[in-house]
Amino acid sequence: MSANVPNIDQLVRSEYKYGFVSEIDTDSLPPGINEEVIREISARKGEPQFLLEWRLKAYRHWTTLKEPHWAKAVYPPIDYQAISYYAAPRSKARYSSMDEVDPELLKTFEKLGIPLSERARLAGVAVDAVMDSVSVATTFQKELEQYGIIFCSFSEAVRNHPDLVEKYLGSVVPYTDNFFASLNSAVFSDGSFCYIPKGVRCPMELSTYFRINAAKTGQFERTLIVADEGSRVSYLEGCTAPIRDENQLHAAVVELVALEGAEIKYSTVQNWYPGDREGRGGIYNFVTKRGVCKGRRSKISWTQVETGSAITWKYPSCVLLGEESVGEFYSVAVTNNRQQADTGTKMIHIGRNTRSTIVSKGISAGEGQNSYRGLVVMKKSAANARNFSQCDSLLIGDRCGAHTFPWIQVMNPTATVEHEATTSKIGEDQIFYCNQRGISRQDAVNMIVNGFCKEVFRELPMEFAVEAQKLLSVTLEGSVG
Amino acid sequence: MNSISTIPDADAAEAPHFGAVRTAFQQYESQTRAAGEPDWLASLRRRQLTRFLAAGYPTRRDEDWRHTSLDAVVSMPFALASSAGPDGRIVQLLEGSAFSSVSGQRLVFVNGHLIPELSRAVRSSDGVYVAGFASAVQEKSEILRARLTADSEDGSDGSLGALNLAFAREGAVVIVPANTVLDEPIVLVFVSFPQTAGERTHVRNVIMTGPNSRATVIEHYIGLGTESAVTSSVTELHAGQGAVFEHLKLQDESNSVFHLATLRARLESSSKVSCHSFALGSRLSRQNVLATLAGEGIEAVFNGLYLGDADRLIDHYLSVDHAAAGCASHEFFNGVLDDKATGVFYGRIRVRQHAQKTDAKQTNKNLLLSDDAAVHTRPQLEIYADDVKCTHGATIGQLDPEGLFYLRSRGLPVATARRMLIHAFAGEIIERVWCGAARDVLNRLVWDRVERTRHVSASEQ
Repeated sequence: MSANVPNIDQLVRSEYKYGFVSEIDTDSLPPGINEEVIREISARKGEPQFLLEWRLKAYRHWTTLKEPHWAKAVYPPIDYQAISYYAAPRSKARYSSMDEVDPELLKTFEKLGIPLSERARLAGVAVDAVMDSVSVATTFQKELEQYGIIFCSFSEAVRNHPDLVEKYLGSVVPYTDNFFASLNSAVFSDGSFCYIPKGVRCPMELSTYFRINAAKTGQFERTLIVADEGSRVSYLEGCTAPIRDENQLHAAVVELVALEGAEIKYSTVQNWYPGDREGRGGIYNFVTKRGVCKGRRSKISWTQVETGSAITWKYPSCVLLGEESVGEFYSVAVTNNRQQADTGTKMIHIGRNTRSTIVSKGISAGEGQNSYRGLVVMKKSAANARNFSQCDSLLIGDRCGAHTFPWIQVMNPTATVEHEATTSKIGEDQIFYCNQRGISRQDAVNMIVNGFCKEVFRELPMEFAVEAQKLLSVTLEGSVG
Repeated sequence: MNSISTIPDADAAEAPHFGAVRTAFQQYESQTRAAGEPDWLASLRRRQLTRFLAAGYPTRRDEDWRHTSLDAVVSMPFALASSAGPDGRIVQLLEGSAFSSVSGQRLVFVNGHLIPELSRAVRSSDGVYVAGFASAVQEKSEILRARLTADSEDGSDGSLGALNLAFAREGAVVIVPANTVLDEPIVLVFVSFPQTAGERTHVRNVIMTGPNSRATVIEHYIGLGTESAVTSSVTELHAGQGAVFEHLKLQDESNSVFHLATLRARLESSSKVSCHSFALGSRLSRQNVLATLAGEGIEAVFNGLYLGDADRLIDHYLSVDHAAAGCASHEFFNGVLDDKATGVFYGRIRVRQHAQKTDAKQTNKNLLLSDDAAVHTRPQLEIYADDVKCTHGATIGQLDPEGLFYLRSRGLPVATARRMLIHAFAGEIIERVWCGAARDVLNRLVWDRVERTRHVSASEQ
């Protein structure tokens, strides 16, 4: 057994293959936050007055807030003055064609397997690539325009569609929402904006790819998706970061608005750098994601595969306002080594006959701590509302932890809420059975884990599901000796 | 008095209502000192009061008190309840009370004072010790000192536990020696009969069962009168190795009383313990159950039923700590809520890293009978060991329409069908009581209470 140890070590060390740093000239603000920094960010981006006002309001509110510590995660205090709040690849403001984009930048995304070249039509996915704080390229924009779909970077949306931005920005996650959302509202640099007009089914998957590259920066992006009446969109989000010894802060906000009969499917494969085996470095992923089902029969579905980040603090939520609206949350969260994840969802039932489903799968290995924290609220008006929650935890090894903190509030007797949770481990007998049939230990673990997560992977778009399975096996590599 | 710790003086920041607490404590202390209370207890009381004054009452800002507000308790005057003699009304109340037919030893407390005339405690030859706290402090001083000091100083019982010990005048002390089997349950009856608004009663019970002993203790809280009052009760339970023990608490206080209680249990290896909480009364009740499974091979059951009507709030807070390997703990809590009642349930199972082979199960089921009833439930698992079997589940809803349909299809009227389902729902909790005599009493009592709820036979919808 001992002869194998270096081998396993190698596996674990090699596991994060996106840890490279790209040599790109970066234009960044000096570390620190104050009103001047916010004015500077806004000025650099040439934003209209209303947005600057909004940022300043958010900043002033943020200064009155205290960092929340109720999550089950231990980390040293964050020095908010040591972070640079703006970093952008130094280049032309806007590219007229892909050929003008810094080749190093394109190479970076190529390495990550994200085709930014529009010639790569086969992929059939429109991508908005965000490097550090700024959107560098959005593909397939012209094609999407034919349908009236707006898919662009947030800055572009502010320039070209200020009315839509003003109408919906902060309508789901107000700048007063929480500490990290307020911080994001004050300093957010870019992100994706998407508007699907009435009755349009988006013909391709939309996706944003986030990449942190520069050191000592935080990434604060903001995504806003509005699906007008009867429209439909599926949106993917992926993220990676280089290996660094320091912890970097990522505080994003995602807002979804689904009007009558609209459907938004939001999938995330989060693979920020998780830190090394001793817990050095890694991203603090403190994200606020919320969708509101405004109209009747609207639907928002969150699917997330969380394999990266040193700490994940994330609760994609649905406010089910419209009658018969549907909220879904499917999650796989993996923690290995010293990773900590405190993630879950909130389902706020307000409208009649609203339904929600929560399926959460937590996998802990090494010394990882994995918590599910969820809230289901049935307001008095939510007659005949229904929720089903299922939270399963899988433990690999005896030094990790799996925790479940559901919170259920019911104010309407016709509402039905069910919550189930189980905790289990990969049994020696299961592994033995596989070994006996010639399946190696590692493959057996992968197989069992994939089976455990099947319910969630099924919800992912196909390309992502394949990616997620691979990611999972890499993340857990070496966790069973 | 030199050995006794001192209480820091009030500073400007201290809440004004603590003045009354300090005054009451001074008076109370002079009484207990006059009665010859040992120094260690006086010192312990002072430390507890200091702890309470520093922490104050829990507020809704505390994560553990999010749905239960003690504002009414805080704003009430602070006066210690005085003894009410064996009044005719009390005698009558006791005669008609739930466990009056159950034979065996019995201690009766009125407003936190032991009433020997109404009690039935005999010094039996088997060495079982059943006495009031005040006399036990003299007779079993060293045992109690060790127990109370160890239990109170870790602070897990919060500021209310500290306040309780500072003022605890009486309570029951039950010590069952090793290898002793008690056939009959020990019944402790606590009557609150407040004479003026805001009276406070603090009782502290200590139950210790020796290795391989077997016993049952029933705590019954009832009340008379309509004045508002606060009952604070803390029971320390220590079950020895291999002991078999059943603890049953029936809280049936009058509607004007605020009932704040804690059961703290420390279970040793191979013990088999069952704790039941039946919460039927009081305006607001909070029952903490804090259990530590300290040895291997323990089987523990925490079982509870709460019935709420009017604008009652019933809060159960459970924390089960699996500190050793190979234990099983099962929690079952069912609630039936009518009118504007609110049910609150918090349950936490914590499995420590070395507590492998743990089998833990937790369920909380709630039945909402009216439009205005509400439930807040938080069943939680915190697991640090991998070879465990842990599940929890919570359900909230109205009566199962399919169940109703089934019964109606068999010719039962809807009212009868509803009754049957509600009784079955409550019955599954009562069934888990081992003590046959108590089970019969509870069956009848709960049946009566369920019948009294307004929407038992018909819903508003």
